[in-house]
Amino acid sequence: MKGMSPIVRSIVGLIAGFVMLYGLYVVSTGHLGPGGGFAGGVIIMAGTVMLILAFGGDKARELMEERRCHVLQGAGALAFLVVALVGLWYGGFFVNFLPTGRVHHLHSGGAIAISDLAIAMSVAAGLIGIFLALIIGCRAAMFKKDK
Amino acid sequence: MGIAVYVLAFGLLLIGVYALVAKKNIVRIIIGIAILGYAVNLLLVLVGYRHGGTPPILADGQTSADLAARSVDPLPQAMVLTSIVIGLSVTALAVALAIRLYDKYGTFDMNDIRNLRG
Amino acid sequence: MTIEFFILMLIIFMIIAALIAVESIDLLSAVIAVGAAGFALSVIDLLAGAPDLAFPQVLVEVITLVLLIRMVMTRRDTSRQTSRDTLRTAVVLLAGSVFLVAVFFAAGGMGMSGGIPPFGQPVMGSAADTGVSTQYLTRCAEDTGAANTVMGILLDYRAYDTLGEATVIFVAILGGYVVLRRVGRKKDAKEVEPS
Repeated sequence: MKGMSPIVRSIVGLIAGFVMLYGLYVVSTGHLGPGGGFAGGVIIMAGTVMLILAFGGDKARELMEERRCHVLQGAGALAFLVVALVGLWYGGFFVNFLPTGRVHHLHSGGAIAISDLAIAMSVAAGLIGIFLALIIGCRAAMFKKDK
Repeated sequence: MGIAVYVLAFGLLLIGVYALVAKKNIVRIIIGIAILGYAVNLLLVLVGYRHGGTPPILADGQTSADLAARSVDPLPQAMVLTSIVIGLSVTALAVALAIRLYDKYGTFDMNDIRNLRG
Repeated sequence: MTIEFFILMLIIFMIIAALIAVESIDLLSAVIAVGAAGFALSVIDLLAGAPDLAFPQVLVEVITLVLLIRMVMTRRDTSRQTSRDTLRTAVVLLAGSVFLVAVFFAAGGMGMSGGIPPFGQPVMGSAADTGVSTQYLTRCAEDTGAANTVMGILLDYRAYDTLGEATVIFVAILGGYVVLRRVGRKKDAKEVEPS
């Protein structure tokens, strides 16, 4: 799959970083306002998809291999489970083990922010991986065979 | 008016079921699944709606009792939020299946696929 | 009143878009009509006091559109326009009207208790409130420290549910990988290269 024209490429190159930053912001302030792990994960995924569509498959494969997507997705799901199991130490499954802090401050909500990060990583990496598989059709084995 | 909103949401659900049952094209069936998802999400959000309700987010300087008196129901929203992302991954799975079928048989039509398989 | 009217109009718009999506001849226009329905749904979420849902709905809609258009655009639609199957249509419409009648009588708008509460008056605030929503709203800030009650419910009170949903997403994506995998398929290896 080829990339798009140079105009699109340069604009996307400028914007993509800000999109990712906004996704991280939405993830990390999920307990203060609208947003959270699912929305932020999908925002990060949409920014990556924008990069993939603008720069084409070859560049995308350099940036993000599918194997890395698998690893990140598994790590995110595992981190969420670890948060649940650490709660077991403090009295029960999914017990909020961090101090709740003051409402409306970034340091509030206890383990909710950590769970948000884990879910965002799992959702973003998984969807990027399946998007690469569907759209680019790049299979590691297949490209080895071509060369 | 309240009845009309619910009945229309159920009508949307019916359109999704109709596409699932009566259509033979795989793309239409995927579209039917997506429409079913929309209808269910819509119905859940509408059940939790309150006249003039605010989003269930505590504003600065607002007490919790005040929020509980005027906010919309947060529980259906928590259910729907995950359902949306699950809908995306289910659509991706269905698209993957459809692409494999097209690569194999060269058509999206269920009847043709059934005949070609023989 | 005005917001309810907007919501009603948007639902009618969604129904029209869904009908176009199901019945139009061209697959590309069908897919675009689905996108229109999804964007209308996100506007409804925004109007009905659910900005938490409007965010992901817009993004998911964009990604779904990209996926579906990519699937439809490069592949020729060879399906024939078959004559309508009257039996299937009749069954669907019959089942649907049974559904509608059931909803109509189960809805609390008819003055009965139980069933779906009347539009605009959720069970939460009523006198017969036995649910947990009010408790969640009242105690979320001190229990979890989260100002956003939806996130408090999702990741603290009902984190079990969220774990289950994360599992569902994981398995669905894994299924997609397995279906698209070509590593173990020696026979199909020199099949049509995906564009």
